[in-house]
Amino acid sequence: MTPGAPATAFVALLRRDLLVFWRHRSDALNPLVFALIVVTMFPLALGPEANELAPIAGGVTWVTVVLASLLSLDALFRSDAEDGSLDLLVASGQPLALLAAARLLAHWLGTGLPLVLAGPLLAALLGLPRDAVVTLGFALALGTPLLSLLGGTCAALTVGLRRSGILLSLLVLPLTLPVLIFGSGAVEAAVSGAAVQAPLLFLAAGLVLALPLAPLACAAAIRLNVS
Amino acid sequence: MSEDVPNEVPLLAARALSFARGDEVIFGPLDFTLASRETLVMEGGNGAGKTTLIRVLAGLLAPGSGSIEWRGEPLSTLDPDPGRIALLGHQLALKSDLTARENLKFRIALQGMRAGITIAAAIKSVGLAGYDDAAVRTLSAGQRKRTALAALLLSPALVWLLDEPYANLDRDGQVLVDRMLEAHASRGGATVLTSHGLVQPALSRHRTHVLGVGG
Repeated sequence: MTPGAPATAFVALLRRDLLVFWRHRSDALNPLVFALIVVTMFPLALGPEANELAPIAGGVTWVTVVLASLLSLDALFRSDAEDGSLDLLVASGQPLALLAAARLLAHWLGTGLPLVLAGPLLAALLGLPRDAVVTLGFALALGTPLLSLLGGTCAALTVGLRRSGILLSLLVLPLTLPVLIFGSGAVEAAVSGAAVQAPLLFLAAGLVLALPLAPLACAAAIRLNVS
Repeated sequence: MSEDVPNEVPLLAARALSFARGDEVIFGPLDFTLASRETLVMEGGNGAGKTTLIRVLAGLLAPGSGSIEWRGEPLSTLDPDPGRIALLGHQLALKSDLTARENLKFRIALQGMRAGITIAAAIKSVGLAGYDDAAVRTLSAGQRKRTALAALLLSPALVWLLDEPYANLDRDGQVLVDRMLEAHASRGGATVLTSHGLVQPALSRHRTHVLGVGG
């Protein structure tokens, strides 16, 4: 690969972010540990009867996953903004949307993918029926990248602000609600034996729409914020 | 890099360039040209707009008025090109969890690499031999600056924009910067650097422009 080519830059940024993530793996596992703690609390608070937990297992898992993926959002562009890397990326002359896409992909691989793998296990712990667990896995695989894309765009918008925590949450929450609704809707449909295609297709449509648009929006937001 | 650029067409030119935040003029209007093999020192006290000027030239900030030209064409109309400008700002854009070598590898992938240089050679010539595999967080401020200078050495860019390149460096480091500037000029490159005037570049030829209100 030619040094300085956009594809090389994309791969290099992805590698760099994953390497930084790996060196920080104890912090980076925070969302996963958070999800585990929340899910274990439900049987303790509501009682361990499977017939009470099973109907809410899908919803509980989805709420947990959405909140866990919000945890790491604030840091997504902040460290790059503080050490000057964001300036470097903007001034590098590389397509900024492509670099933003690498950043978002790294975020999903670091926080979203572990949740996709752990989510079905957590739901099974709560007694979700096996068919619904499979549906939950598909819904998480479609929904968590969407959460990274939407959340990353909001994080890029607020990166220039000090103490942007509350603003970021307020911006992100309404955007994540459709993901939550369709995601847990798919699991609920699977539990009640209804067709699960419609909510899954809505998630897929959202993902297809956000994949090209979110990096572009991210790039525009980063440009605004370096000035 | 070694191509001979005729001196008549400046690499970089500012035409009535100015920047303001609200009603407060940060610098300008400013006119200058930067030809190949030239070093332009922008001198000014704290708050004279040196950093803002570098950020405008690097394309991080849109100029308030006026324009920047690259080889006679407005920079804003040209496609972005990683080989044009290399930036060294106050923040060095190094990832503190990665080693010096890993940081430099990333820079090369992002910006491309000048012909005839290797990472090992760049690390050696900034005096960091033996620190290649130390995490940047364990390096001193001066050593970090030297790592950023190594990134500059590797860059294929024709124009270097350096914001206070002498800050945090010891006397050897300042000599190193001067040597790098001379070598860059002899390769046909050009540099805009800022200085608060305490450390004067010891170069065989450079021009100084004093930044102040109205200039």
